[in-house]
Amino acid sequence: MAKVLLEMKSITKTFPGVKALDNVNLQVEEGEIHALVGENGAGKSTLMNVLSGIYPYGTYEGDIVYDGEVCEFHKIKDSEKKGIVIIHQELALIPYMTIGENMFLGNEQGSKWCIDWNKTYAEADKYLAMVGLTDSSKTLIKDIGTGKQQLVEIAKALAKNARLLILDEPTSSLNETDSRALLDLMKKLQKEQGMTMIIISHKLNEVSYVADKITVVRDGSTIETMDAKTEEISEARIIKGMVGREITDRFPKRHDVPIGDVMMQVKHWTVFHPEFAERKVVDDVSINVRSGEVVGIYGLMGAGRTELAMSIFGRSYGIGISGTLELKGKNVVLRSPKQAIEAGIAYVTEDRKGNGLVLSNSIKTNTTLANLKAISNATFIDKDKEYLVAEEYREKLKTKTPSVEQLVGNLSGGNQQKVLLAKWMFANPDVLILDEPTRGIDVGAKYEIYCIINDLAKAGKSVIMISSELPEVIGMSDRIYIMNQARIVGEMKASDATQENIMACIVKSGSEA
Amino acid sequence: MNNFSIKDVLKKNVMAIALLVIYVFFTIMTGGNMFTSSNVASLIDQNAYVFILGTGMLMCMLTGGNIDLSVGSFVCFMGAIVGIFSVENKIIHSAASVPAVLLIAIAVGLAYGALLGFLIAYMRIPPWIATLAGYLAFRGLGTQILITASETSAISNFPDGFLKIFSGKIFESGYDTMNIPCIVLGVLGAGAVIVLNLMGRAKKIKKGYSADPLWFVILKSVLIAAIIMVIAVQLSWDGGLPVVVLWIIAILVIYGIITEKTTIGRHFTTVGGNAETARLSGINNKLVMFCAYLNMALLTVLASLIVTARFGSANAFAGQNFELDAIAACIVGGVSAYGGSGTVVGMVIGAALIGVINQGMSLMSIDQDTIKIVKGLVLLAAVVFEIVSKKGNKKQ
Repeated sequence: MAKVLLEMKSITKTFPGVKALDNVNLQVEEGEIHALVGENGAGKSTLMNVLSGIYPYGTYEGDIVYDGEVCEFHKIKDSEKKGIVIIHQELALIPYMTIGENMFLGNEQGSKWCIDWNKTYAEADKYLAMVGLTDSSKTLIKDIGTGKQQLVEIAKALAKNARLLILDEPTSSLNETDSRALLDLMKKLQKEQGMTMIIISHKLNEVSYVADKITVVRDGSTIETMDAKTEEISEARIIKGMVGREITDRFPKRHDVPIGDVMMQVKHWTVFHPEFAERKVVDDVSINVRSGEVVGIYGLMGAGRTELAMSIFGRSYGIGISGTLELKGKNVVLRSPKQAIEAGIAYVTEDRKGNGLVLSNSIKTNTTLANLKAISNATFIDKDKEYLVAEEYREKLKTKTPSVEQLVGNLSGGNQQKVLLAKWMFANPDVLILDEPTRGIDVGAKYEIYCIINDLAKAGKSVIMISSELPEVIGMSDRIYIMNQARIVGEMKASDATQENIMACIVKSGSEA
Repeated sequence: MNNFSIKDVLKKNVMAIALLVIYVFFTIMTGGNMFTSSNVASLIDQNAYVFILGTGMLMCMLTGGNIDLSVGSFVCFMGAIVGIFSVENKIIHSAASVPAVLLIAIAVGLAYGALLGFLIAYMRIPPWIATLAGYLAFRGLGTQILITASETSAISNFPDGFLKIFSGKIFESGYDTMNIPCIVLGVLGAGAVIVLNLMGRAKKIKKGYSADPLWFVILKSVLIAAIIMVIAVQLSWDGGLPVVVLWIIAILVIYGIITEKTTIGRHFTTVGGNAETARLSGINNKLVMFCAYLNMALLTVLASLIVTARFGSANAFAGQNFELDAIAACIVGGVSAYGGSGTVVGMVIGAALIGVINQGMSLMSIDQDTIKIVKGLVLLAAVVFEIVSKKGNKKQ
């Protein structure tokens, strides 16, 4: 039996009015990869913040025993000194600094007053090699992709002499290839350096792939710890622990939804990059969607999916757009998002915080934003009507909030996504383009979002769902387009689709190019 | 359902309460001098431009903390333009009629506003740079015009018609009698406040929404009505209601409605809250920015007319630091420096607070430098207060 590196004993953390953690116990053995799973708001991040000293000693109850001694961390530096390094979900790298500068930020190499740049870059290269990154440490962060940035974060942690590495949702912004590479790196670090790691993730397939032990957190308490050595851990098994009930079917079925006429048809759609004018980001794409149909667009990140969606949505992205767009059989030209909304298209953005919602505004004002006309009379807003609309959608979508006056920024990811959907449903479109509608939200909320999508199809809407999660695309769509390197490389019925033949499409197109 | 709590009310109105407390404080410290008719009237007269410019600045700041540095210089420039057209001088030898002058002023304001709006919204020049150019250029241009037009480098002797529209009193009477029209208007205003408040509550209840308790609505209305009446009575002993009060009320009511009740106002706050979200929700961000600066220029024209009429002269020093007064009024009034939130009422309270401190300290014969120090600290305190109270909200 390996030595226990970290033990958190009966940790209780209360915020005014809420008990975020209630008597939580966690044991991590040296050299293992330990996964924390749980729904959003279950308390995983709070627990890690307690561990890393973001919530200082004294603001919580309970003990942290690390390496055999009881620790009192007052700030992040204290925990880092002990070798506990946390990598947050949102990357903390500065785009206009080099990899090397970023890696040693706050940990500068050289004498006290003078940075030794040669040493900095030499050291940086050393750690980059460890994580398998071949780029020079003098490359600017903005010039490398998100996948590589995540690796830089890990190299940065290694440079701090980490013994216990905490990764909070490390793959949430990575595509499948990069995610796999990251998980393999975790395994490599475990094997070669005996690194102990805690990973927080929503992606259960990744968790079961990489973790030795899985602890389920629910409603601020640790529910159970599963050991991969002693039992077979299936995704269904984890989900059961997370939601406290067995979700027999992760994807709700649509029953008797008739698929009607072609609602939207895009032909020979080509879009160029707004800054690099010669680069095609969408290349001769033709797709269509019928009423009552859910069409999935699967592709890796950077395949051009978002670019395709945004260029259709009133040319809100790209230049030199060519091709035709037909709505209900009629040719239309949409020059702005406003025209697109009026024509009956809604684009539910991928990045709900960045460009989907106004976090500093209430649920109410966010809900009505895309269709202010419906609640106003010659520019005068009928606030009573607005309130009723917001309430109606809160009930319909089961958004969990004390009131629709609540600021959207205070909601959890799943509830924010519901507000975003409410906003676009209220715009009453014929075609909804959903870009990664379930990114970063927990299993329970995902299921609810799927139900909403089914209701939309039932109401005769056309839904285009862009996703980089294969099971989701296969489980939810009627028909699937596969996109790779700016082109549509395959189309299949969902009933024929398997993860293997979709991936095969992508691999085949990649080798042709 | 009904979450009425005194604590919340106090929290929300902390600035208004601070204003009252500070006013009472200065009244006591000046031995009642602050509360005389002539000082109440001059408080309004001196700060009229801040309310007008603050409103324009509010609209700019809503779109994302954007400011206009050129308003002070533009006030000076517009004063010169209005001056050379309304008064016989070396550049233009015959004076134009008052309506013609006003049309010219509006046209010049539209031209500058459109240019500024174009540069900022469509050429994507950062607002503070584009308006910094105006800050420098218009001060120079205004001064040049005035020097060329007159030996004293100032234009005075404006026609009576012009002065009457923007300064002076309504139905002016002597200073030893009570001005009845002023009292009548005060009663009308106070009555309107009470009726509107009660009607608003009744409408809410009829539709089944939660409303504040009756005693609170009455208390609030009576308090506001009382303040209006006190001001009206004071002004009635100072010759009557200043014309400028009507201008201020008109502007504040119009923009209060725009920001609170219309989709236009919603567009402004949304662009400031999250520009990308606004764009992808069908809002024309560029048009909103364009309108913000066009509007600012037009309100600056109005402020310039008021200031010129008040002094009865256009000179090269007019409008100095006006842009900073307007920005300070917004910030002290709780308008977010990052955009997306802020109200006309807040700005008014901010402007009044600074005005009261200014007047109170002057009446106490405290020197201008000390007053500047205090104003700076008040500005800082207001921002710190806003940020701290926001943090407090988040934790709950």
